[in-house]
Amino acid sequence: MEAAAIRLRDVTKAFGRFTAVAGIDLEMSDGEFFSMLGPSGSGKTTVLRLIAGFETPTAGAVELAGRDVTRLAPFERDVHTVFQDYALFPHMTVEQNIAYSLKIRRVPRPERLRRAGEALEQVRLTGYGKRRPAQLSGGQRQRVALARALVGRPKVLLLDEPLGALDLKLREQMQTELKQIQRDVGITFVFVTHDQEEALTLSDRIAVFHRGRVEQVGTPAQIYERPANTFVAGFVGTSNLLTGEAAERVVGASGTYSIRPEKIRVLDGAAAGDDPEHTTAAGTVADVLYLGDVTRFVVDLDAGGRLTALQQNLETSSEDVAAYRGARVGLRWRRRHTVRIPDPG
Amino acid sequence: MTSTGQAAGSVRRLAGALHRRPRLRLSLLLGAPLLWLVVAYLGSLAVLFLSALWTTDSFTSEVVKVWSAENFSALVSEPLYRQVALRSIGVALAVTALCAVIAFPVAFYTARVAHPRRRPLLVVAILTPLWASYLVKVYAWRLILSAQGPLDWVLAPFGVSGPGYGRAATVIVLTYLWLPYMILPVHAGLERLPESLLDASADLGARSWRTFRSVVLPMVLPSVAAGSVFTFSLSLGDYITVQIVGGKTQLIGNLVYSNVTLNLPLAAALGTVPVVVIVLYLLAVRRSGASSSL
Repeated sequence: MEAAAIRLRDVTKAFGRFTAVAGIDLEMSDGEFFSMLGPSGSGKTTVLRLIAGFETPTAGAVELAGRDVTRLAPFERDVHTVFQDYALFPHMTVEQNIAYSLKIRRVPRPERLRRAGEALEQVRLTGYGKRRPAQLSGGQRQRVALARALVGRPKVLLLDEPLGALDLKLREQMQTELKQIQRDVGITFVFVTHDQEEALTLSDRIAVFHRGRVEQVGTPAQIYERPANTFVAGFVGTSNLLTGEAAERVVGASGTYSIRPEKIRVLDGAAAGDDPEHTTAAGTVADVLYLGDVTRFVVDLDAGGRLTALQQNLETSSEDVAAYRGARVGLRWRRRHTVRIPDPG
Repeated sequence: MTSTGQAAGSVRRLAGALHRRPRLRLSLLLGAPLLWLVVAYLGSLAVLFLSALWTTDSFTSEVVKVWSAENFSALVSEPLYRQVALRSIGVALAVTALCAVIAFPVAFYTARVAHPRRRPLLVVAILTPLWASYLVKVYAWRLILSAQGPLDWVLAPFGVSGPGYGRAATVIVLTYLWLPYMILPVHAGLERLPESLLDASADLGARSWRTFRSVVLPMVLPSVAAGSVFTFSLSLGDYITVQIVGGKTQLIGNLVYSNVTLNLPLAAALGTVPVVVIVLYLLAVRRSGASSSL
């Protein structure tokens, strides 16, 4: 079998007394869009810096395409990075920025210019080559950073929250483009983000980070539908957990259960009883939020516990929604959407 | 209570009146310093230029207020003056270059390598020589550089001797004197340099030397230019160090000093040389974008 594009073996990184990464094992395959998702300080950026070579692990090994690169400097690794602040050289033009890695590798000038031009075209910035980074907008700088990292044709591209500084519209547009570019060049993208929606949209696989450890690795569907523990269930999507007595009374068994808000239907008045296909629970609406396309119901269950349900605004409008506050409702969802969260340990 | 209330009220009214009259506010703010600047700085400069256009009675050395460009033409035609002017510029440039070469590694250490908590202490350490008297420091160097002095003694095992008093000694001592003025701006420039730029350069395949040449140096050059404004102008105006360790070396400052009592207009004309050179230097430096780092 072919060696993985990136392989981390029991990697630990400590800064003084603080352990940023605590014994992580990860494998990313060729051509994969791999996201590292987690809250700030969870160690995901440190892992990225370990792959790039800006940091050396305290213990463990980093392999690129089967080769141990743990002790190699960044310039000895076939990996390029798109930085969070883009890190464009302000004293160089866009073209010089992009051609920098080619110049270092002594690629002749005509070929350098040709490839820089191609890279600019790839990120749809043709004609901007002679400008300085300061003359570009945030989104344009982001594209230049991408072009600069791609022009050297690395085996792996590392992206450190590259869309974090962009506004919502631009971010969504860049997500689509990023995915397109990744498909075109066919190399491994390792993408660091704290935005679960971004990770779910873009990735082939996701690793969820928490306190320097990987909580779960899987496809977006696995992460979302089958969270491995309460942290993943809470961090990815809205936390909707039933535990203890509430779980026993609603689900009929002890343990911790997660139900995604969009799987739950809100019914007027008391819900019909359970049937083989469905689970039901009665409760009182504690809060209603009209979000335009959907409405968010927060319901206190008679059985104890609180669930959030999302409803498409197919027929309801904002006026109808307000009337629900304090109303008695029934909640109903398919049994197979009740996901048991394994107990820790 | 009422009196403080009234006082507060009138202060408030005054503040309001000033707020509505931005010009009045500005003139109150800048009036005194502007007066000082115009009278003391520009006034004395104007007198300098005017007196350079006068002449002296060759018997009594009295200033004769007759307009003439004689002194300025002497500056150009007299080979000695030309030679001394060029020598002074040469010394100032050498001092500046030496300062830049020494300051860079020092500043790189204080701004990027040393532990962040220790950096302020290091900056203070760099500034400590400025606390000591100029004369004491230069006389200390006179001792160090003297024949059979400490420098000769240290160099003797290698079969060489110190430079002795002269132009080289002048350059060495001036470099020592003005070095902090170069280290500080370079330190500030290096401290401002974002870490991610160095990471990015390494990430794109550059080794340390390449990163230094292509990223660090061009980005810190404006700071070096800012520091050079200090080292260059301070060196060009100095005449005491030359007298103490310069041996027979003469710089513009010495010519001015020796002419002040005999031929004040000529001294004034000589004094305009560094002014013009520094203005030209500043214009050149401005093109490098250093004015924003000063």
